[in-house]
Amino acid sequence: MTTFATDRPHGALKAGADRLFARKRIISLALPGLVLVYLTYVFFAFDMPGLAGRANWENGRTLISDSFSYKTHVTRDNRTGAVSVAIEGERKGAYPEGQAPDWVTLGDTTVIDLEGGHVVRFGPETVEYDIPGYGTVRATPSRSTGVQAELPSNAVPEWISLSRNRLAITTDAGRLTVTRNRAEVFRYFTGWELFWFTLDSPYHGKSFAQLAGLAASGQAGAIFNDFWTNKMWRHQDVAWAIFETILMAFLGTFGAALIALPLAFVATRNFNPVRSARFMARRVFDFLRGVDGLIWTVVLARAFGPGPLTGALAILVTDTGTFGKIFSEALENVDQKQIEGVQSTGANAPQKYRFGVIPQITPVLLSQVLYFLESNTRSATVIGAITGGGIGLLLTQAIITQKDWEEVAYYIVLVILMVMLMDWFSGWLRRRLIQGGPPKARKPRDPQAKPLMLP
Amino acid sequence: MTDLTAGAQSVDDVRDGYVAMTRRKRVYGGILLILFVALMAAGFRTADRRNAGSFTDGLHRVLDYPAEVLSEAWDKIADMPANLVTYFPALVETLNIAAAATLVGTLAGAFLALVSTRGLAPWPRLIPLFRRLADICRAVPEIVIALVLIFVLGGGPVPAMIAIAIHTAGALGKLFSEVNENASLKPVEGLQSVGATWTQRMVLGVIPQVGPNYVSYALLRFEINIRASAILGFVGAGGLGYELRNAMSWGQGRYDDAAAIFLLLFATIVIVDQISGSVRTHLTEGTQKGTAA
Repeated sequence: MTTFATDRPHGALKAGADRLFARKRIISLALPGLVLVYLTYVFFAFDMPGLAGRANWENGRTLISDSFSYKTHVTRDNRTGAVSVAIEGERKGAYPEGQAPDWVTLGDTTVIDLEGGHVVRFGPETVEYDIPGYGTVRATPSRSTGVQAELPSNAVPEWISLSRNRLAITTDAGRLTVTRNRAEVFRYFTGWELFWFTLDSPYHGKSFAQLAGLAASGQAGAIFNDFWTNKMWRHQDVAWAIFETILMAFLGTFGAALIALPLAFVATRNFNPVRSARFMARRVFDFLRGVDGLIWTVVLARAFGPGPLTGALAILVTDTGTFGKIFSEALENVDQKQIEGVQSTGANAPQKYRFGVIPQITPVLLSQVLYFLESNTRSATVIGAITGGGIGLLLTQAIITQKDWEEVAYYIVLVILMVMLMDWFSGWLRRRLIQGGPPKARKPRDPQAKPLMLP
Repeated sequence: MTDLTAGAQSVDDVRDGYVAMTRRKRVYGGILLILFVALMAAGFRTADRRNAGSFTDGLHRVLDYPAEVLSEAWDKIADMPANLVTYFPALVETLNIAAAATLVGTLAGAFLALVSTRGLAPWPRLIPLFRRLADICRAVPEIVIALVLIFVLGGGPVPAMIAIAIHTAGALGKLFSEVNENASLKPVEGLQSVGATWTQRMVLGVIPQVGPNYVSYALLRFEINIRASAILGFVGAGGLGYELRNAMSWGQGRYDDAAAIFLLLFATIVIVDQISGSVRTHLTEGTQKGTAA
């Protein structure tokens, strides 16, 4: 239809073109329309309108503020009068008996300076809180009468919650809670405290220059040991967990590739004339791929128990199916001429494969395997969360406590860095092994090339 | 320029050089192979040691659980259709999570790709920023976002959908921008010359060129997302995975439920893979015909 026949009137031509346009317009409107209809359906199927009711924004706020800040608890036991100071209120972060940060003055009357004029005093009987612009709140806890509070004015502001047995004051500077049994002050700080050293380490609170000086004078091993065995952040366990995760991905991916390669030869028409064996091999691949990684993980976890081996095997089994499919497709596309050429020099069967086939498929196979290595690092995190191994396990454990959000944030950063590192590493290896040299300028992709099957 | 005086010598040189190179290559290859085998062996031993059960002990128990599940399911085969019907809504939810996440992720990924491709980006200075953004979205495992969102939003399909959509946006953003780099800029320039806005240039000039590839990648992503959505269900995001965990925690006596869920998941994955595979072949062959003509 290239000739514009002159015998047709222009009007008819135009009408035809108009009809064509109209139809195109309807189609191009219908597609976004369908998407919109579907999204609306999903909106109601997922009960999005009810989401606001179910969501707990208080949790969200704690999560965000806790992930980059920490609080120090100053607690007085009202029965014994003993005052203890602990970071996050945990035993691992407690200051030794009789010691406190410089904003807490221990004594008969413990004075806690919350800065900006906010001062809390734990007296022998009474707890006092000076709030600038409001006045001093006094609270006397006793075992018989509960908590007796005196406010500067009769009206109770909304940031003070007061009942017979409990007084809680929340200000920008901190938080004071007085109950019958104890009085507690929280002061918030930004940062990840005790990340390098815990309080029982002699290196806590030293500057980097001081530490470098100490390291130079022969204490490097001790410094590293204190950091490595930090009970609060468990750097040793975290490093092992990251290593386990990468190990799972490595073992799973390369193990799958090693198993899939010989099977792929069985599944290809040009290398295996036996039709039934070919059919069987292909169904095995389909089955391994079709039974989802989740199911394999569940089944294997039953047999092998939690740990990195289970994760590695789950990745191995799933990817054997995928690799088998990819490899057999690559093998079906090999150039027969090269094999014939090798054969014409008198090569036997193994030599024929070694020099005729393997060099042709290595780049495709290797680049696929390396793509999967990166993607499997991510899968290993997920599988670790289910079977219990690697950084995935640590992450779920930290999330379940619902308070160690700074650790969750730390793990998330580590996971992202780990995946990006593996991405970079597999890309680097791909370039080195396939092009055999440093990275070159990017070549435009062959538009005829079949898109790779990507993870 | 070839030095003709050195001609006779150069043949020997070339041969020696070639032999030396082959030998060096073999040595490198051998070292790499030994290194690789050693890494695999050491890695396997480490993983085996750190695992709760060892490989040799577990190997003969691999089939125990499937056998138990299957035999119990076979005993109660009459209940199977009823079980399949019971868990069908959960399957629909899993599929919905995957589909909605793929749709949202594809839209976001297409936008990310357009603003991070040289020549198409409306703000060329921000290209590195958008690339890093896509990298980060791609690097975060879905489970991380899902678990955090479950804490805030409560269990259900929405956290899973958001988590998968974010990852999809990152992954597709990268693939799409590779597709975009092959797109011809001529239609874009033509549209620009008649005063089209950036949105018009993209929608009318670029999307028609790259559309089939986009759809093909998005379908591939949909297959992957179904699996991801089932896994996220297992950690509390609803759908089949959630039902599977419940059925498993009931243990013996409810294995027929687990079998029904396994069956549904398996059938869904196989069917969707088949359909999307044939559509993708059709799409790529269609574009090849188009470019060849």
